[in-house]
Amino acid sequence: MVAELGHFALILALVMAVVQGTIPLIGAQTRSAAWIAVARPAANAQFAFVAIAFAALTYSFVVSDFSVLTVAKNSHTLKPLMYKITGVWGNHEGSLLLWILILTLFGAAVAWFGTNLPPGLRARVLAVQALIGVGFLSFILLTSNPFERILEAPFEGNGLNPLLQDPGLAFHPPFLYLGYVGFSMAFSFAVAALIEGRVDPAWARWVRPWTLAAWTFLTVGIVLGSWWAYYELGWGGFWFWDPVENASFMPWLAGTALLHSAIVVERRDTLKSWTILLAILTFSLSLLGTFIVRSGILTSVHAFATDPERGYFILGFLVLVIGGSLILYAVRAPALKSGGVFAPISREGALVLNNLLLATATATVLLGTLYPLLLDLFTGKKVSVGAPFFEATFFPIMAPLLAAAVFGPMLPWKRGDLMGAFQRLRVAFFLSGGIALAVWAFVSGGTWLSTLGIALGAWLVAGSFASLAERIKLLRAPLADSLRRAIHLPRSAWGMTLAHAGLGLFLLGGTIMLTWQTESIQVMRPGEVITVAGYELTFQGVGDVPGPNYMAERALFSVSRDGEAFTNLLPEKRAYVSSGMPTTEAGIKATWAGDLYAVIGDADGTGGWATRFFFKPFVHWMWIGASVMVLGGVISLTDRRHRVGAPARRRKSATGAAPAPQMAGE
Amino acid sequence: MTMRPMTYMPPVMFAVVAVALALGLLFVNPKEIPSALIGQPAPTFDLPSVDGTPHGLSSADLMGQVSIVNVFASWCVPCRIEHPLWVEVGASGEVPVYGLNYKDSQENASQWLADFGDPYTAIGADLNGRVGVDFGVYGVPETFVIDAEGLIQLKFIGPIDRFALENEILPKVRELQALMVADGAE
Repeated sequence: MVAELGHFALILALVMAVVQGTIPLIGAQTRSAAWIAVARPAANAQFAFVAIAFAALTYSFVVSDFSVLTVAKNSHTLKPLMYKITGVWGNHEGSLLLWILILTLFGAAVAWFGTNLPPGLRARVLAVQALIGVGFLSFILLTSNPFERILEAPFEGNGLNPLLQDPGLAFHPPFLYLGYVGFSMAFSFAVAALIEGRVDPAWARWVRPWTLAAWTFLTVGIVLGSWWAYYELGWGGFWFWDPVENASFMPWLAGTALLHSAIVVERRDTLKSWTILLAILTFSLSLLGTFIVRSGILTSVHAFATDPERGYFILGFLVLVIGGSLILYAVRAPALKSGGVFAPISREGALVLNNLLLATATATVLLGTLYPLLLDLFTGKKVSVGAPFFEATFFPIMAPLLAAAVFGPMLPWKRGDLMGAFQRLRVAFFLSGGIALAVWAFVSGGTWLSTLGIALGAWLVAGSFASLAERIKLLRAPLADSLRRAIHLPRSAWGMTLAHAGLGLFLLGGTIMLTWQTESIQVMRPGEVITVAGYELTFQGVGDVPGPNYMAERALFSVSRDGEAFTNLLPEKRAYVSSGMPTTEAGIKATWAGDLYAVIGDADGTGGWATRFFFKPFVHWMWIGASVMVLGGVISLTDRRHRVGAPARRRKSATGAAPAPQMAGE
Repeated sequence: MTMRPMTYMPPVMFAVVAVALALGLLFVNPKEIPSALIGQPAPTFDLPSVDGTPHGLSSADLMGQVSIVNVFASWCVPCRIEHPLWVEVGASGEVPVYGLNYKDSQENASQWLADFGDPYTAIGADLNGRVGVDFGVYGVPETFVIDAEGLIQLKFIGPIDRFALENEILPKVRELQALMVADGAE
C-alpha cells in the first residue's frame, strides 16, 4: 500500500514537472503574469510529491517489506537500522530517486529564496529545472521503478553490498548527488539566460552561490569516497583513476573553473559566453557521469546493476539535454555583448589562465576515461587506462595552475604588474623554496617530483596567507587596525584563502605520503614480531568475533615503540551472512606523524596468516586539507553579497570596511 | 561576426562523443569482464551432494564434454530470477548444467530445489565456499562455460536473462561443441 502510494506520488511529480516545464516558459515568452506565477507553486508541489515517494521507499526499507523488489534485492532484516536507511540509496533505483529528490529540492529552493530574481528569469530557470526533472522522472518510472512488487515475496532479503555498509560510504552518495545535481542550477540559469539573450552581473551574482554550494558538496562527496577507499579497501590507496571516480572528478574540475569565471562576470561583466558554456559543460559532465555509472559502458569497481536498456534511455536524454543546450548556445551566444577589456597580466588574465588549465585538465581526464571505450570499439582490444596515463598528463597541467593560484589574487583587475606581485610574495616564495630544498637536502628518499610537490604545497599555503596579510596590512599597520581589517574583510576573501591553503595542505600530505610511505607484506605466526617505521608489531593471534550481520576474524597486533607498549591494532576480515562476500577492515592508529595501518589476509592453512602493514606519513594532512577547502567554500557561501537582498547593502558595507579598492572582493 | 562558427564547435564535438557512446552501447559488452581465469583449467575439487540429489560434483565430471557450471544459493534472490531459464536449458538436454551450491545449508538448498525445480545434472555442495573462491566467484549467481578439456571459456556475472542466454552463453556452448566434434574427427 505504501509502495503504491509512493509510485502514485512519483507519477504526480512527473505531471507537475511537465506543467512546470511548459507553462511558465510560455508565460515568460508571452509576458503573461498568470502563467509565470505557475512556476513557484508547481516547484513546491513537485518537491512535495518526490519527497512523499522517497519517504515511502524509506519506509519500505525500514520495515523490510520484501514484496518490494528493490528492498528484497538490497536489504536484509539483520541489517542495522542505519544501513536499512542508507540502503535506500545503495542501489540503482533508490539512488536515482535520491537524485530526483535533490533536483526538485534545488528547484524548490529557487522558488523559496528567489524572491528578488526578475519573475521572467525565475520562471525560465524553474522551467528548465523542471524539464530536467521530466527526463529523470520518466527514466525512473519507465525503466527503474523503485516500487515494483514481486509476486512471491521472499522470506529474507538479499542484503546490501557489504562494502556499502560503512559510515563513510553511506553518506558519500547524498553529498555527491548534492554536488552533481547542484550544478543543474548553474545549467538552468545558463539556459534561461540564453533564452533571454541577456547575461549581466546580477545573473552571475545568482549563479555563484549555487555553484559554490554544489562545489562544496561535491568536494565533501569525493573526499568521503576517497577516505572510505583508504581505510576500507585494505590496500591503503585513496584514488584509483577508476572511470566512476573520474566521473565525479570531471564535474569537480569544470565546476572549479566555473566558480572562478563567474567571478569575472560578476565583477567585470565580461567572459560571459565562456561562463555560460562552462555552466552547460559542468552539468553535462555530471550527466555523463551518471551515464557512465549506470549504463555499465565502462567496467568499474563500482557496484550498480547495469542494463543496456537504461543506457539507451540515458543516452537519449543526454543528447536531448546536452545537444539541445549546446545548439541553443551556438545560436544565441554570439549575441551576448562582451564587457570590459583587460590586459593579459591582470586578475581577469589570471582567472582566464585558471580556466584554460582546468578545462585542459578536464579534457585530459575525459579522454583517459573514454579512451578504453573508443579503443574497444575500433580495435576490439580491452585495455584500462590507469594511473600512469593520468599521472603523466594531469600533474603537468596542475603544477602551473597551483603556482599561478597564489599570483592571481595579488593582481589587480584590468591591468597588473607581475614583478610588483612577486615583490609582495617574496617571503612566501623563499619560505616555500627553502622548505622544499631543506627536505631535499636532509631527508633521503625524495625525488625531484616530491621536491616540486612540497614546494608547490608550501607555496599555496604560505602565498595564500601572504596575500591575506597584505590585505589586512599585517605588520605594516597597528595590530588593532589589522584585526579590524581582518574582521571586515569580505567572507569570500577568507573563503578563497582557506580553499587555496587547504589545497596546499592536501598536496603536501599526498606528496609526503606517496614518497615516504613504508610497506611490509609477510606471512606471520602468532608470537612473531615485525618492525615497521620504528614500531614493533607483535602478532598475538586471530579470534572470531560475531557482528550483527557478519562473522569477523579479528587479529590482534600489540604495537610497541622503543620497548614501551604503544597501542593495539585490530584489523578484521568480515564475511557477511547474506552474501558471503568478504570485506576487510584495516586497523589504523593515527599518530601525529602519520598512520600506522594493518590488514589481515588469509590463513595459509599451517598456522600462519598473511599480514600487511603500512606506515603512511602525513596522510591526515590530506583529510585536513580537504576539510579546510570545504570550510573555505562554506565561509565564502556566507558572504554578505550572496545573501538575499544583498546588492543594496553591499555598497554601504564596502565603504564602511574600506578594503583597498584594488583588492575588493575575491 | 567571425566568432560565430566558434560557438558551433561544442555541439559538434558533443555529437562525436554521443555517437561514440551510442556505438559503445551497441557493440561493447560491459559484462564481459576480462577474467584471469578465461582459458585456464577449472579448479580441482570433489564436493559431496546436496541432500536428496543422487551424486555430488567433482572436477572430473567436467571433462570430456562441454558443460555449464552455475553458482547458486537458496539465499540469493537474483538466483530465483534466472532459475526458470536453467530449468528450461536442463529440460532441453542441449548441454549438462552443473550446480555449485555456494555457502548454503543442506536443508535450505534441498527445499529450494524442491520449490523451484532441479535442472542440474549434478550438484556440489560447497558448504564453506572454498571451491567458489577457487572459481573466483565474487557474487552469486555466476555462470561458467567449460570446454571438453576442462578449461573455463566464459564467465558470466550476475543473473542471466533470455538475451544473455541466447546471444552469449548458448552460442559459446555450441561453438565449443562444434570444435569438439571437429577435433574428434581429426
